[in-house]
Amino acid sequence: MHTRITRTGIRTVVTAFAISVLSTAAADEFTRGDLGRWQAEFESVVQQGEKLFHGGLGNANTMSCDQCHPNASNTHPETYPKFQQQLGKVAQQWEMINWCIMNPLESDPLAADDAKMIALQAYINFERRGVAMSPGKH
Amino acid sequence: MKKINRRSFLKQGGAVLAASTLPLSLVEVAFGKNNSQNFTFAYISDSHITHIKDNQFVRNWDRGLIRAVAETNLMDPRPDFVFYGGDIAQLGKKEEIDHGLEILSGLRDKTYYVMGEHDYYLDLGEYWRKQLGPDHYSFDHKGVHFVVLNSILTFDDWMYDKWSSGKERMGQMARLDNPQGSPFMVGKAQRDWLQEDLGKVSEDTPLVVLSHSPLQKIYKGWNFWTDDAEQVQALLKPFDKVTVLYGHVHQIQTNQIGNISFHAAMATAWPWPYPATYSQQASLLPRLTVEMNRADPFFERDATGWQFINMANGDVAANYQLPDNRNRVVAYDSKLGHPVDTQYQATDKRIPPQDNY
Repeated sequence: MHTRITRTGIRTVVTAFAISVLSTAAADEFTRGDLGRWQAEFESVVQQGEKLFHGGLGNANTMSCDQCHPNASNTHPETYPKFQQQLGKVAQQWEMINWCIMNPLESDPLAADDAKMIALQAYINFERRGVAMSPGKH
Repeated sequence: MKKINRRSFLKQGGAVLAASTLPLSLVEVAFGKNNSQNFTFAYISDSHITHIKDNQFVRNWDRGLIRAVAETNLMDPRPDFVFYGGDIAQLGKKEEIDHGLEILSGLRDKTYYVMGEHDYYLDLGEYWRKQLGPDHYSFDHKGVHFVVLNSILTFDDWMYDKWSSGKERMGQMARLDNPQGSPFMVGKAQRDWLQEDLGKVSEDTPLVVLSHSPLQKIYKGWNFWTDDAEQVQALLKPFDKVTVLYGHVHQIQTNQIGNISFHAAMATAWPWPYPATYSQQASLLPRLTVEMNRADPFFERDATGWQFINMANGDVAANYQLPDNRNRVVAYDSKLGHPVDTQYQATDKRIPPQDNY
């Protein structure tokens, strides 16, 4: 039984725990199936974000994020956190998203950990995939 | 305003035959064998008036158009006419077209219009044409031949068969980055009309062609594109001097293809990013373009504006009037044979918001 969990050298795992996970993969291994599921989870949140970004926020004035940011362009997520002179401090991307929600969209801000905020960021970052991180850049 | 107009107006003039006793508004500038005159016209575009409900409209877009109309009315010398570059409405609704025209009714000068896709795809332009007349036409002014085209048509099956309602079709076309969108085109019927129209015009007559979409190919994914652009360009090729002025892209673009100069108009509503800012696709921004500034996106008129066009000897100088950014002049340089930004063309003359985020 121990041989199944020795790849990372954790030999002190409580036997009872080891038994409990024997029927699936070992605790420190993952399968192609796992990778596929995780990717699917991510992609479904990207898709939610894509819908929210294109008119799915339900704000009364009907304006949507993509009207100014087609394909989430010109959101430059790779530059956050950065000093935002209009806010007078180093700000995170979600704070800027809330600025857009409150001003052009004339709606109420989202909590930083709101599922909608996370989905918006998933979509915005996915559309900018592959671009080098440049925190602080203007 | 007055000073800027006067200076650029005089700068563009060839031989200025102004009697010093005349007030500036009566200055006439004579040139050319056909005894044409220099003149100026205003160019307002892309207001995207958006109806929310009842008597409510998106305030920001109203304000942009109201400001452009007010500033145009302050021009001195007066523009000979005003040109509106399309997309009065956001979703083609009667309320939006009516409200936009109500604001535009404040203009003191004759106004010409071109059809934008946001005016068209709800009812295939029916209400727009009812209010404003034909969507393609030509006219002559002081020795220049003007042609207006409806360049935002698309394939018949997309237009007529794909969607359950005009509202759904309009919603699809209103989304710029829509993977289910369809490319713009002038189409054969209008190209045939254009060929016939141009057949009556001598090749040394300066031509100005006005369309909503660029009659050139920049980025198909956002329809910064007209599918039959090359065929339209071929019809314009015999003429000595051709300028295409277009809206749609909400940003400064400058190009020269053969004998044709291209200038894009700023929107009064909101700016669009340059296509290169979408890192997942390649695009073809013309090399001559000096990008517009994005100085402060927190200011709601940032990177919006309107423009007036000075015409001297048939050459176009686009004067961009930018509320939150320094005004720009992109003028035809006859020595170089293409338009140049009179201040910022050299890369070492550019200022930070033209290069950074």
